[in-house]
Amino acid sequence: MLSLLWLIPTLPFLGALILILTGSRIPQRVAARIGCGSIGLSAAITALVGYDFLATGQASYKFTAWTWFHVDGLSPGVTFYLDSLSLVFIFVITFVGFLIHIYSTEFMQTDEGFARFFAYLNLFVCAMLILVLADNLVLLYLGWEGVGLCSYLLIGFWYSEEKNGYAARKAFIITRVGDTAMAIGLFVLFSVFHTLNIQDILVQAPQVWTIGASSAVLVGFLLLGGAVGKSAQLPLQTWLPDAMAGPSPVSALIHAATMVTAGVYLITRMHGIYELAPLAQQWVGIIGAVTLLLAGCSALTQYDLKRVLAYSTISQIGYMFLALGVGAWSAAIFHFMIHAFFKALLFLSAGAVIMALHHEHDMFRMGGLRKKLPVIYYTFLIGAASLAALPFITAGFYSKDQILWLAWAGERGNLWFFIAALTGAFITAMYTFRMVFVTFFGEAKTHISHRPGKRMTIPLVILAVLSLIGGFIELPHTLGHVTLFSNILSPLLPAVPLREGVESTEWTLQLIAAAFSLGGIYIAYIFYIQQPKLADDLQSATRGVHQFWFRGWDLDALYDFVFVRPFVYLSKWNKGDVIDRFYTLLVRLTEYFNETFVRTQNGILRWYIMSIVAGAILIITISLFIQP
Amino acid sequence: MMLILLIVILMTGGIVAGIAARWNAAACRWLSLLAVTADFGIILTIWIQEGLSMTLTNSWLRDVYIPWIPSFGINFHLALDGLSLLMLVLTFFLGILAVLVSWNEIQYRIGFFHFNLLWVLAGITGVFLTMDLFLFYFFWEVMLIPMYFLIGIWGHENRQYAAYKFFIFTQASGLLMLLAILGLYFIHGDQTQVYSFDYFTLLGTALSPETGRWLMLGFLAAFIVKLPVVPFHTWLPDAHTEAPTAGSLLLAGLLLKTGAYGLIRFVVPLFPAASAAIAPWAMLAGVVGIVYGALQAYGQTDFKRLIAYTSVSHMGFVILGVFAFRELAMQGVVMQMITHGISTGALFILAGALYERIHTRNIEEMGGLWKKVPFMGVIAMVFAMASLGLPGLGNFIAEFLTLIGAWQASQPLTIVATAGLVVATAYSLRIMQKVFLGKTNTGYALHDLSLREKFILVPMCIVILWLGLFPQPVIDTSRPTVANSMHTDNHAALHRGAERNKVYEALTRSSHEQK
Repeated sequence: MLSLLWLIPTLPFLGALILILTGSRIPQRVAARIGCGSIGLSAAITALVGYDFLATGQASYKFTAWTWFHVDGLSPGVTFYLDSLSLVFIFVITFVGFLIHIYSTEFMQTDEGFARFFAYLNLFVCAMLILVLADNLVLLYLGWEGVGLCSYLLIGFWYSEEKNGYAARKAFIITRVGDTAMAIGLFVLFSVFHTLNIQDILVQAPQVWTIGASSAVLVGFLLLGGAVGKSAQLPLQTWLPDAMAGPSPVSALIHAATMVTAGVYLITRMHGIYELAPLAQQWVGIIGAVTLLLAGCSALTQYDLKRVLAYSTISQIGYMFLALGVGAWSAAIFHFMIHAFFKALLFLSAGAVIMALHHEHDMFRMGGLRKKLPVIYYTFLIGAASLAALPFITAGFYSKDQILWLAWAGERGNLWFFIAALTGAFITAMYTFRMVFVTFFGEAKTHISHRPGKRMTIPLVILAVLSLIGGFIELPHTLGHVTLFSNILSPLLPAVPLREGVESTEWTLQLIAAAFSLGGIYIAYIFYIQQPKLADDLQSATRGVHQFWFRGWDLDALYDFVFVRPFVYLSKWNKGDVIDRFYTLLVRLTEYFNETFVRTQNGILRWYIMSIVAGAILIITISLFIQP
Repeated sequence: MMLILLIVILMTGGIVAGIAARWNAAACRWLSLLAVTADFGIILTIWIQEGLSMTLTNSWLRDVYIPWIPSFGINFHLALDGLSLLMLVLTFFLGILAVLVSWNEIQYRIGFFHFNLLWVLAGITGVFLTMDLFLFYFFWEVMLIPMYFLIGIWGHENRQYAAYKFFIFTQASGLLMLLAILGLYFIHGDQTQVYSFDYFTLLGTALSPETGRWLMLGFLAAFIVKLPVVPFHTWLPDAHTEAPTAGSLLLAGLLLKTGAYGLIRFVVPLFPAASAAIAPWAMLAGVVGIVYGALQAYGQTDFKRLIAYTSVSHMGFVILGVFAFRELAMQGVVMQMITHGISTGALFILAGALYERIHTRNIEEMGGLWKKVPFMGVIAMVFAMASLGLPGLGNFIAEFLTLIGAWQASQPLTIVATAGLVVATAYSLRIMQKVFLGKTNTGYALHDLSLREKFILVPMCIVILWLGLFPQPVIDTSRPTVANSMHTDNHAALHRGAERNKVYEALTRSSHEQK
């Protein structure tokens, strides 16, 4: 069965190819079958391959399609590499991807670009699969840029709106800034190891580098640059909220479940390097901690339902980075998987709500949907509970709890990381239930025009179930101690050594975390159900801060001022190319001399005689002074 | 003899097609197409024959040697190695497309147009083949003058100015090269009493650093103007913009490549020490070109002018890679020459196709065209992605190899060059946004690509994808040339020159015997 691995990325690619080539000439039904069918088959094969892989207990499986190119020692292959880490990722990509595809067949039903949508979506899945299956960094880079392209195409899917195009370009360009750092990281790696094969690098790295070697730290930071771009972390996170211009299934698949976690994948994949570069790893944690707080605060102030979710995604990926920063590799991947479930669920439910309300995005104009859209309400509620880490029953609690615990108790953890994570948990619960209360409770403000059908609700229900029970495959010591998930990853990703004497505190910390999460929900309840006036009062009292957070800490304005405007100004100012002036000047000079000398040829004889005499005198004078 | 045939077919084809146009325009077009296709067929046959047997020790595949003016040591000497082979494949491929894109666009003085077109191609073919510096200069001029006519007669509004500018820049720099050729000729002759323009004889001429530098600069002048390197690039936006589509295609696809070819074939092997000395500055110029060209491209509103500036940016990679003196980088340069020819050529063809439909090149007046011409939109997307270096398309291989090679030569410059890719993203996406996306400009009624245009653009798409996914045949073909050019110190060059002389003597002997 393992030999079918190559089909997993190939099928979506073929799907995309067929849809691009046939364009809008095939009926919608056929396009939907090709689009969903290819991913469905991929998912089925993933299940087979995964079962086979786990049953045989192999450490890895490799399939080389062909050698991409071979120049002077650099010979990346189009080689797929399956190990437990990539298995988790391809599982999430194909399964969540499949559910989102099914959902999209209804969501995009009336859109004239139906086939184009599925072509892009299939292409995205293909690129994402290549990214996580690549056995060398060049192929990984291909997937990396490929998902960037698809993200661009899908954010700007409704291209006649100028602002969608802007958001799409912004996403592509900002992530490309990170990619540049990553590319330079590859150059450094190649010059040190003379290969870009990931496993070879990881094997050689401890032999070549000592812990803290400067080039290891450099590589760590450069790869981190790529990761923060793709995963929308500080300081390159500004593209993600705008990326919500794309259709909701796109936000669910690309900007929540899969692509934005590529940075987490990259760092986990290259964890051997970060273990040799403690400084870089520490910064991964710091960036995660700061991002999760900043984005959380911004999420508190948004009105647009999808923007709340976008900031929340940034914040949750911040948690994953925090986990990576303390070396809790497996906890980060666990949170990635659970997050993929509940955040995809939230985005899809939000999409259903938005569709039901004539593309209304502002949650303060929604309200009272609890009764009118019960299925959406309950699924959204489950997703929200998971996001807010409602204790004991939701998957989100278990995945986040693990990160909180290791941020404190892990060898590389510290009090600051823990405080940041705890505060973040509080804020998360608050903005999540603010969203729930405002959208689904209170009075109805907009009429419902469309009720979601089965193709939309079934994926929601499946994801809701996963958001609840997904957590039970990995339970902490104190609550059952199940380690199914980390067992799968353990041969690859080392466990976190704990600091001495912290083990007894686990219970206490769990209770604190649960209290913070419940406290956040309660405060949201007071503000938005019990005494709505309080929220308004608070908002008007802290207008400045509110606006500042609302605008995403004004980083957009800063970048605009520092980079975008000077660049655009310079390119506009120099449209005529200042260098060309020099050549124009040469031409002018020539013309000037031409005109001057033309004037001497005036046909007047005495002028000529005078010139000859003057010239003769000049020459004689000169020859008196300068003797050769 | 095949090599001579390549040039002769084009030259006679040009004359015959030019005469045929007096009776029938279609005949003229078909004859031109036939001539270029015949050459394409020949070169492909050679590639298939030789492709498998190429080795590192002897990179020369074909050699033709006919004494021409023996008293001055001028010979009609053509030789083909992997690099020239690739360049010729590109030349005839784009040549075919150039004839096809002119099918409807050119409606007056058809005969003279095709005469010029084929003669430019003949000149380019000669430049890529000749191993005699005198003959090289001759072909250098052969490609210049017909091009001047192509721009000056069939171009857009400001064609006269652009044609003059093109001519003067190229001619002035070409004269410097002629001086350098003569200088090298006499110095070598004085040293050895063998007065010869032959490339292999002149290879490894011992030069004092001072002389070497000046002679090298003479050659360099011609090539960096052609390439072009900032600040000698200002002829290019004008020439590319004003030329007819076929002219832009040949300029961007081929003429610029003669500059790159000249650097690899002549500057580095003839003057290894002087090249090494100037390398940091040359690489700096390359990086300046990458960034400056990209910045300029972003500011343009004329579609063709925009594409022209992207060429300036992409050619920066060429000079960066050549002077990095690393095999990886040099392979990247060879890839860049080919992929840039295809991707930029395709963008020019698209710009031309749009101009035929809506009679403007101003991208501010376009927008939302995707809805009306989706096929064109998809093609444009492919080539916009190629120009921003998306992996999976040929340009990525080129840029990645160049940069990873250049990293070993200069890290700061490579960082800036890599950052240039961000700006490339900005201008490429701007093209898509302004032309195909955004609000639909309802003023235009336009039809999607015709069958002929699809026949031109679809193969280009396939080729750029093929180069991105399976670049190895190209790399293998150029590898002997690239690997041999990697030894930069003078001693090695001398040694190699002597070796090549032996090889070449053996070759000539055998070719004489054949006669």
